[in-house]
Formats: sequence, C-alpha cells, structure tokens
Amino acid sequence: MGISVPLQRRAGSGAPFSHAALVYAVPCVLALLALPFLSFRPNRIVSGEGVQVWDVAEGWGLVGTAALFVLAGATVLAGRQAARALLGFLGVALAMAVAGAGAKDLMADAPQFARVSLGGGFWLSCAFFALAAADALMRLDLRPLVRLAVAGFVAAALAAALASGWFDSLSLMQEYRANADTFAAAFRGHLILVGGSLLPALAIGLPLGWLCHVSSRARAVAVPILNILQTTPSIAMFGLLMIPLAALVAAIPELRRFGIAGIGVTPALIALTLYSLLPVVANTMAGFRAVPVETREAGRAMGMTRWTLLRQVELPLAAPVILTGVRIVVVQNIGLAAVAALIGGGGFGTLVFRGMGQTAMDLVLLGTLPIIAMAIVATILFDAAIDTMQRRRP
Amino acid sequence: MRRGRLIGLAVALALFLALALQPGLFTPLLSLLVEPGTPLVYTRQSLIALAVWHIAVVASAEAVAVIVAVALGILVTREKGAEFMTLARMTSNLGQTFPPIAVLAMTVPLVGFGFQPTFIALAAYGLLPVFENTVAGLRGVPATTLEAARGMGMSKRAILMQVELPLAAPVILAGIRISTIINIGTATIGSTVGAKGLGEVIIAGLQAGNAAYVLQGAMLVALMAVCFDLAFRSLERRAFA
Repeated sequence: MGISVPLQRRAGSGAPFSHAALVYAVPCVLALLALPFLSFRPNRIVSGEGVQVWDVAEGWGLVGTAALFVLAGATVLAGRQAARALLGFLGVALAMAVAGAGAKDLMADAPQFARVSLGGGFWLSCAFFALAAADALMRLDLRPLVRLAVAGFVAAALAAALASGWFDSLSLMQEYRANADTFAAAFRGHLILVGGSLLPALAIGLPLGWLCHVSSRARAVAVPILNILQTTPSIAMFGLLMIPLAALVAAIPELRRFGIAGIGVTPALIALTLYSLLPVVANTMAGFRAVPVETREAGRAMGMTRWTLLRQVELPLAAPVILTGVRIVVVQNIGLAAVAALIGGGGFGTLVFRGMGQTAMDLVLLGTLPIIAMAIVATILFDAAIDTMQRRRP
Repeated sequence: MRRGRLIGLAVALALFLALALQPGLFTPLLSLLVEPGTPLVYTRQSLIALAVWHIAVVASAEAVAVIVAVALGILVTREKGAEFMTLARMTSNLGQTFPPIAVLAMTVPLVGFGFQPTFIALAAYGLLPVFENTVAGLRGVPATTLEAARGMGMSKRAILMQVELPLAAPVILAGIRISTIINIGTATIGSTVGAKGLGEVIIAGLQAGNAAYVLQGAMLVALMAVCFDLAFRSLERRAFA
C-alpha cells in the first residue's frame, strides 16, 4: 500500500540466468515428484486420493512426466531468454494437457458423483513454469506493444484451450457449468465494483492530491485521515458503512428507489472509493513534487498562466506517477471487491464464500482464479501504459 | 507531531481495552442501531479472548514473515545473491497482485479449515512488504558510508550488522508496520475459514443482520489496527533518532 514509484527500467541482459533458473526448475520437478497431480474424489465435498503425474491416464502419464522433466531442465539450459520463455509456456500447456487427459480417463468409468480436482503438483509445476516464462520475458525487456501482444496471445490460447472441451471432466469446469449464470453475474458485479469505485476516487483524489501538493495545511488535514481510512480492515469498513447507510435509508425511504441500501452495492462502492483515495492522493502529490523547479520556472517565464502550466507542463510530467497510483488502486480494489460479497455487494466473492460455506474447494477456486487473472491483466495493461508514457519522454 | 501520536495511541488503546473488557459500557450506543430486544453484546466468546486470538495469529505469522523476508532481503542485496534480484522482485510484485482473500481461499484446500490456512496466508502475504522494504532500506545505505566502513577495516559481517541494518532499520520497520496492518485486516477474513478472531463477531453480525455485533467487531479490529499503526510509527521515529 502507499506510495509506489514506477518500475525502474533495467538494462536487458541476454546472459543465461543459470542459478536463478534452477530456482524455478528444481521446485517444479520436486513438486511433480512429491505432490499429487490430480485428486480423485467420490463426491464434490470430501477429500480424495491423490494421483501422481506418472499414474494419470494410460500413456499420457509416463510420456507427460518425462516431457515435463525435460522441459524443466531445458529452461535451465536454454541459451536465449526468448527460448526460455517459450519453454516455460510449453511447460504450462503440457501440464494442462496432461491434467485434462488424466481427468477424462479417471472420469470415464467413475460413479455418478465422482469429481477430479487439480492437485498441488499441477498447481506448483504450472506456477513455476509460468514464473520461468515471466522472468525470461522480463529480462528480454520488450517494448510495451510487444508485451501486450504476447499477453494477448497467451490469453487467447488459454481461452481456446478452455473452450475446446479438453478440460470438461475436471471438477473446476463442472462447477463452472453448474454456476455459469452466477459466474457471469459475478464478473459483471466485480467490474461494476472496481470501475464504479475508480471514477469517484479519481474525481475526488486527483483534485485533492493537487490541493495537498500546493497547500501544506490541506496536506496536514487530509493525509492523516486518509491514513486511518487505509488502516481500517476491509470487513470492518464494509460493516461500519452499513450502519449509517441503513439509518439514512430508514430516514429517507425514497432513496431505496435509487438502489441505495444498507447492504449491497452501495456500501461496497463507498468503501472501495475510500480505500482508493490514499494511493491516488499520495501518488498525485508525488508526481507533482517530482516536476523539476526549473521546468516550472521556465514555463512561468514563458508567460504561462497557472492553468496552462498545470495542463501543459505539470500534469503531463506527473502522469506516469499518477497512473502508477491508479494501477495500485485498481489491483487493490480487484482484491478487496471480493470481500464485498459478505455484505451482498456481488462480485466473484459470491462464489468464493459460497464455496467456503459448502466446503466445495473447486467452487472457491472458480471465484478465486478470475480475481487473480483480473489483477494480472490490470497490472499488465497499466504497466504497458506507464511504460509507453515514460518511453515517450525525451 | 510526536506528542499527538502518543495521545492518539493512548486514546485508541483505552477505547480498545474498554470495548474488549467492558462491552457493557457501550450498550446505550449499540442499542441505537438495532430493534429493541436483539442481543447487543456478542457473548458466544468473550471479546478480549477473541482479540487475544486475533493478535496471536497475526503475531505468529508476522514473526515467520519477518525472519524469512529480512533474510531474503539481505541475501539478494549481497554480491553473491544479486542474480536472484529480478526473480525476487518479480515474485514479490506478482504476490502483491494476489488478493488476501485469494491466498486464504487457496490455502484451505491444502491444509483444511481453522488456524493453519490463516497462519499460512498471513505469513505469505506478510512477507512482501517486509521484503520490499528490507531491499529498499539496504540499498538506500549511502555508498560513501559503506566505503568508509570498509576503509576502517570492518568485515562484511560487521558492516552488515553494525552499519547497514541499523541504517535500514526505519525502512524495514515501516515494512513490518504495513505488513502487520494488512494482516490484522486479513486475519478478520480468516474467520470465514474458521480461524478464531474478531472477524467472528463481524461475520456473526452480518449473518444475523445484527448491526450492533458488526459495529463492535469492526470497532475492535479498526482500533487494534490504529494502535499498532501508531505504536510502530513511534518506534520508527525512535529508530531514526
């Protein structure tokens, strides 16, 4: 939380990362050896028995295991970062393919309510392959547009894979099919919470940040208050906001017509907006403060008015830092919005908490994975935008 | 500024203790929130016991997080560990994008409900701010200072223990503060997976539509966070001096 500076550009190094690559490859192999790849359960809520990766589906298991080990080793030995990235992505794809095939095989002659879930071996090996790929991409130091293209390609490949039906025997996909409507509503709800809190946060935070930049008195009042707001735990904030809103609605019942209520979307949006203020204000202040005094004076000497100076000089120079604040807020709110479900605010938290209530872990995952995906997508998009802005600068 | 902070801390702490030990004092306030006849004070567990549990789970997770994060931070800022810098940075950045509730939800399938998932999630999530700040603090030590220490013939170990760590201490402490505050909040969510703590009161209130429960739980958690925040901030000040 708090202020963050934009990512520093690192010089791209083409050198192999020998030792560092081992940090991905070794745990990846260990996870595959030690942890079950899939788990077979008699029904949806009981814990099941693990299936090791070499035991899954006739043929797939042994060949798949060997290929995964080879890929893990290759990421260490690869001479070029691009090759390493490709190998990492191949590793993820192969692990997914093996899991899909294994699930299909296990479910072929299973009783009606049986389920096949993904195990720790699958998740960890996928995570380490993905990390190896991400690490390699980062060291390649790609241009923002190329980075977006790579991300778009990976997303498209993932979507195509999920749509292909290869994974339909997995419990996760069964949960999706059973909850497709809720899933769509949760996605909409989540977007509404994140987007709906961002706009007011910017409308209040940007002017407030500028005010705090020019007036030390405003800063002395606003910053401690925002600090306390940021300190309040999310559940507490959601809970506390219910009370005045419920009282307000009780006093003025007409408000109900506009969808304002003690529980639901309204308190969630207000809470998320309040949480967004500190990062926006802090980064706006930091952005303006970083504008060199000489630049400002040069502008003034050219006869610029205060407004022109702000619009044409200060704001463009402060923009990357301000945008970093916006990125922090969006990523933070994507996570916090999940908690909103506790007060009926909707979003993917609905699936998470319903899953916890039913001890159906795949339903929890169905709610959790899109949250993480959204956070990663937001990070990639914002980083590309911030990077573009910084590169444009002389 | 310092005096203001101490007064703030005293007030917050007094309110916290009063609410945790003598919730009865607050019934006139709480009765304004709910229909007459609804229970006002959470009685399934004593509030102070829940508060102690809450602090215990946060503190134990934080201890693990701090030890691991500071060790890693030292490792990647040494010459030999420099290679792991990109890796550590990236993992840490990625970790920040994981919402706490997601970390919590994903630990449950591995270890079951109760204390453990909360402990693991808090420890994992608490690592990141401490690590980031340890690296930032150690990197912020001026090169000239290090040069001077080397010139005095100090060993690498002595430089680390007597120069670098003391100079980085305020920044590291700030990291521990941020991570503790986040974790006090996250531990509240831990109650949804069966960990004992103050979240229990809030969630019971949300489920029963009892605003009095929600308010006392939320107040206790918020006050606890404010107390720790202020206490850490005065410690940071002291570490500067």
